[in-house]
Amino acid sequence: MAVNNSATTTVQDAPRSALAVPASRDSKGLPHPNYLSDGGKGLWSWLTTVDHKRIGIMYLIVVMAMFFVGGIYALLIRAEHFAPGGQLMNADQYNQAFTMHGAIMTFLFIIPSIPAILGNFVLPLQIGAKDVAFPRLNLASWYVYMFGAAFAVYSLVTNAADTGWTFYTPYSTETGTAVISMTLGAFILGFSSIFTGINFIVTVHKLRAPGMTWFKMPLMVWALYATAIIQVLATPILGITLLLLILERVFGVGIFDPSMGGDPVLYQHFFWFYSHPAVYIMILPGMGIISDLIATFSHRKIFGYKFVAFSSLAIALVSFIVWGHHMFTSGQSEFAVMLFSFITFMVGIPSAIKVFNWTTTLYKGSISFSVPMLYALSFLFKFTIGGLTGIFLGALSVDIHLHDTYFIVAHFHYVMVGGTVMAFVGGLHYWWPKMFGRMYNRTAATIAWAFVFVGFNVTFFTQFILGSQGMPRRYWTFPEEFTRLHGFSSWGAMIMGVGFGLMAITLAWAAFRGRVVGSNPWGALTLEWTHATSPPEPHNFPATPDVAHGPYDYDKVIPRVDEPANAGVGHARPANA
Amino acid sequence: MADSVAPAATTEHAHSHPDYVQHHFHDATQQRESSKFGMWVFLVTEVLFFGGLFAAYAIYHTWHPETFHDAHKVLDWRLGMLNTFVLITSSLTFALSIRYLQVDKVKVALYNLIATFVLAGTFMVVKYFEYAHKFHLGQLPGKYYTYTGLEETVNPHVFFSIYFMMTGLHGLHVLIGMGVIVWLIVRTAKGHFHSQYYNPVEVSGLYWHLVDLIWIFLFPLLYLIA
Repeated sequence: MAVNNSATTTVQDAPRSALAVPASRDSKGLPHPNYLSDGGKGLWSWLTTVDHKRIGIMYLIVVMAMFFVGGIYALLIRAEHFAPGGQLMNADQYNQAFTMHGAIMTFLFIIPSIPAILGNFVLPLQIGAKDVAFPRLNLASWYVYMFGAAFAVYSLVTNAADTGWTFYTPYSTETGTAVISMTLGAFILGFSSIFTGINFIVTVHKLRAPGMTWFKMPLMVWALYATAIIQVLATPILGITLLLLILERVFGVGIFDPSMGGDPVLYQHFFWFYSHPAVYIMILPGMGIISDLIATFSHRKIFGYKFVAFSSLAIALVSFIVWGHHMFTSGQSEFAVMLFSFITFMVGIPSAIKVFNWTTTLYKGSISFSVPMLYALSFLFKFTIGGLTGIFLGALSVDIHLHDTYFIVAHFHYVMVGGTVMAFVGGLHYWWPKMFGRMYNRTAATIAWAFVFVGFNVTFFTQFILGSQGMPRRYWTFPEEFTRLHGFSSWGAMIMGVGFGLMAITLAWAAFRGRVVGSNPWGALTLEWTHATSPPEPHNFPATPDVAHGPYDYDKVIPRVDEPANAGVGHARPANA
Repeated sequence: MADSVAPAATTEHAHSHPDYVQHHFHDATQQRESSKFGMWVFLVTEVLFFGGLFAAYAIYHTWHPETFHDAHKVLDWRLGMLNTFVLITSSLTFALSIRYLQVDKVKVALYNLIATFVLAGTFMVVKYFEYAHKFHLGQLPGKYYTYTGLEETVNPHVFFSIYFMMTGLHGLHVLIGMGVIVWLIVRTAKGHFHSQYYNPVEVSGLYWHLVDLIWIFLFPLLYLIA
């Protein structure tokens, strides 16, 4: 890494770096004031807070609870598949299990995960704002989320929906299970997502600190901004689609019923017009996290900043015109099918731009294999597999063979879990010390990462093979010859389950008992690390930050690795060491 | 001397915030621009929300042009016309209330908001009579359709499904708007708004104009397609 003389002077620019030094420290060694203990006391102060950081933490708690429920269903599904049908549940229960797994993981976990938890927490900090533009709307979005989650949980505990998370008609209008409460839940959750999206768009446009130009924004902010655009443009379509489905079921309006002049394929068009962009609601913010992680832990300026930034917007735009690739076998015109296939290939371009730029950033970087970086690197590995198999599926002839097989299941789990969840968990490990001012046990976190990484690949790579051999998705039972591969996949899931369990314990323990760290344990250059304490004070910054350098200017600035001086808890050593 | 030092240490919080400017905004202008921009983004989501129904309308009208042509005659275009007039007038009174707030004529602004509320109520009353008439005749959506006046038409219920979904969703927006207007009336009466601060009235006005605009599309698409 080239360092010139002018860089060294910037580092010793004491007044600015002093901003991240807390005024004082409390008895536990944490900065005083901080948003956790000084923003009001007791449960009520949390339930009525408009502080974006506290709302992020509230989302963290409920969304992780939903992740746990969805994960239990995943383990049940895999446990059922240790051998052909009837291990744990009958066929109907199995249908309910995979529907609940899909619906909970999609609507209650993965869509809100990065924007609502990490986005809420870091977006204002990264652009030097005191809060999001509409703090009360932000709190409202959390309550709307809880309200929607209540409907989903109602469906779960009464007579869980068994339609698959896509709620395809005509089955969804005819089945006796609790489809309405589940779809109503997803409808309401959509509003929560829209509120977050509106908030982020306005915040990025109007609340940036002086000097924070668009091209000085961290790439996480660009990614959240692109995500917010999709949230705002696509979610209303899901809203009206699910509303039509409910009206169809309750009033028999006939809009999706061919015997009454309607068309069930119209439902699929409407559904995927939302749900394909929604896939990018899930992956784009993950890409933002990866950009920040790769730059921070390579201690190197991100390669091709503008390309990475604009590729997020390109993905957001193209995502709206590829929905037909979910319906290659649903009876569209040949022309439509060809067009959708072609545009689907185009999505590969901005995604590949990102992957190449991240890889190039690593080149000649000074790489620390800290825990967040391990997740970032495993993202690169798995997302590339997920993305390339997406190209297989976008090819018409191949898709006809692979449609509705385990190959699809493996593909989107490689993107959603191997991509988004790895990025999300990497982001949690990255910002955890900022959120709580405490560091987790590195050894335990690394072991958890290893379990997740190995378990994930054992689970889902096996499913590529299963799918290409013709094992259909969503089937309760299977021929004997698939038992070995299914069993292998199921063992992988159990390993991954252990990994996530260990990770949860490690992080939870660290939040309360971890070693106290300084403002900038990673030596990062974005504002939340350089200008705010860990945890930040209630209004984020002592004074509005003046933005002197770009988010990844490692070629100009050597960041200070801050450790608490005489904090009295633990011992100071750089977390990167 | 101590007095002169203190403000310098807390420059950020020292500049005086009027109580209508929330703490996280730099000044009133930033707050006004943010709330207006936020409302515009919300209106985009509304357009897309209704867009699903407009897409459904376009598809079913293309598939069943005769059905739409025959069934639309059941609607009374004079009532639709009346409601169009009522709603456009309400947009005018809403806009006037904002204008009067800008020039600090709070009382006149209040009267205009009340007029807006009355006009919105009038719209809903007319809509109520239209709906009641159709319920009476069985011109209902989907499987509840029992009307016997359109025997020659194929699938006439499709038109009424679309009609009730579109006007129903629009009517719901009018009702929500009426709730918002009541809130604005109360706050205006309490003197919360003046020429320096009228954001809530302005952004609610944007919403109200969109509701009006959607009706201006619904009226010809449903009542005037002969």
